[in-house]
Amino acid sequence: MPDTPNGGKAGARLVVPGYAPEAPGAHPPLDWPAYASTRLRHPRRPLVPLPHRLTEVTGPLLGEGRVGETDHDLTVQHGGEPQGERIVVEGRVLDGDGRPVGGTLVEIWQANAAGRYRHDGDRHPAPLDPNFSGAGRCLTDAEGRWRFVTVKPGAYPWKNHHNAWRPAHIHFSLFGRAFTQRLITQMYFPGDPLFPYDPILGSVPEAARERLVSRLELDATVPEWALGYRWDIVLRGRDATLFEDEEDDA
Amino acid sequence: MSLPPTPSQTIGPFFAVVLPWPDGPEVVPDGTPGAVRLGGRVLDGAGEPVPDALVETWQADPEGRFAHPDDPRETSGSGFRGFGRCPTDSDGRWAVRTVKPGPLPAPGGGIEAPHLDVSVFARGLLNRLVTRVYFPDEAEANAADPLLASIPDPAARARLVAAADGDGLRFDIHLQGDQETPFLAI
Repeated sequence: MPDTPNGGKAGARLVVPGYAPEAPGAHPPLDWPAYASTRLRHPRRPLVPLPHRLTEVTGPLLGEGRVGETDHDLTVQHGGEPQGERIVVEGRVLDGDGRPVGGTLVEIWQANAAGRYRHDGDRHPAPLDPNFSGAGRCLTDAEGRWRFVTVKPGAYPWKNHHNAWRPAHIHFSLFGRAFTQRLITQMYFPGDPLFPYDPILGSVPEAARERLVSRLELDATVPEWALGYRWDIVLRGRDATLFEDEEDDA
Repeated sequence: MSLPPTPSQTIGPFFAVVLPWPDGPEVVPDGTPGAVRLGGRVLDGAGEPVPDALVETWQADPEGRFAHPDDPRETSGSGFRGFGRCPTDSDGRWAVRTVKPGPLPAPGGGIEAPHLDVSVFARGLLNRLVTRVYFPDEAEANAADPLLASIPDPAARARLVAAADGDGLRFDIHLQGDQETPFLAI
């Protein structure tokens, strides 16, 4: 095996940390008729398997310079405090092996307490709040912990079907450590009576749905100030069976 | 210990509240030697533009290296960002400014042709779609690429190769339909 043009060892002697395959039903299907927007946007051909090679087991390590001082506190980003129920939302980012994912960028966005996003496309006739943008960023610490201070988002109507309402939720975007771990998802609040009517949460197989619901956590609550919710995020774990290399000298 | 993953949910229509960065589409700064504009349109199954998608790219540097601890080769030390992020406009258009990555050794042998990994997020996508962009001036390397070789239909293979387009490269992403982009199970 000749050396590759980009130096280092030839591929035959390369060992990369693959990521575990995800079980069927771990994520929602792309074709989900109850969510009308999937109709013209899901591929109809089978996905082509992509074995994990160098591009997949690496990924952007972002964050340095991307997180401002008040980005984690959505209640102090303007001249005054936003309307609504102040809350703390915190948790950890772990991989499927239970290891913390430290130093990873977490980006969130949400509606205000009245159920309105600060976005031109949001036509819901609920008030905007001059003191709330609904945008947050933070980096996890070495233990994978993250924490935001915000207000509880309101439920809001959408046009998926007659009288459709989204349960209150916060959008989360995560990178993890590798391209394979990239995840965008939504966090919900416990006991929301809208759950049974929401085709987006309902697209997740029932056994996995609870993984999207935070829990009220008194330890995260700040007495006399804000209720706390806790939600741990699990990105996929490493494959137990690595590419083995009989003459690896790494 | 094995924990089940947190399920994906759609990015929805309002991600522009936070996700677009001013320098998101700039994998490399303006004026970088070899920089090229890579972009195209995201289209739905009716051929209509998707104006609320987010396209992200990830790639090696021109030497085929990643500034990442899990690249088991010597580190490049280049600090190459490798990442691009661009929301589509009202016409479904996206673009990043980047450089062509080097070829990569593949575990188990062989060499991967220069490529970018791409994630597509949008309202109506309950999970991201993953695809790859290859380069039109790399016919020989593309012919030997393990992923491309695993796709038997030459027309489907060709849809993973960007097209020369003036000074840049064009890569349209068809979510559905006759021209459907091959999407990858990762």
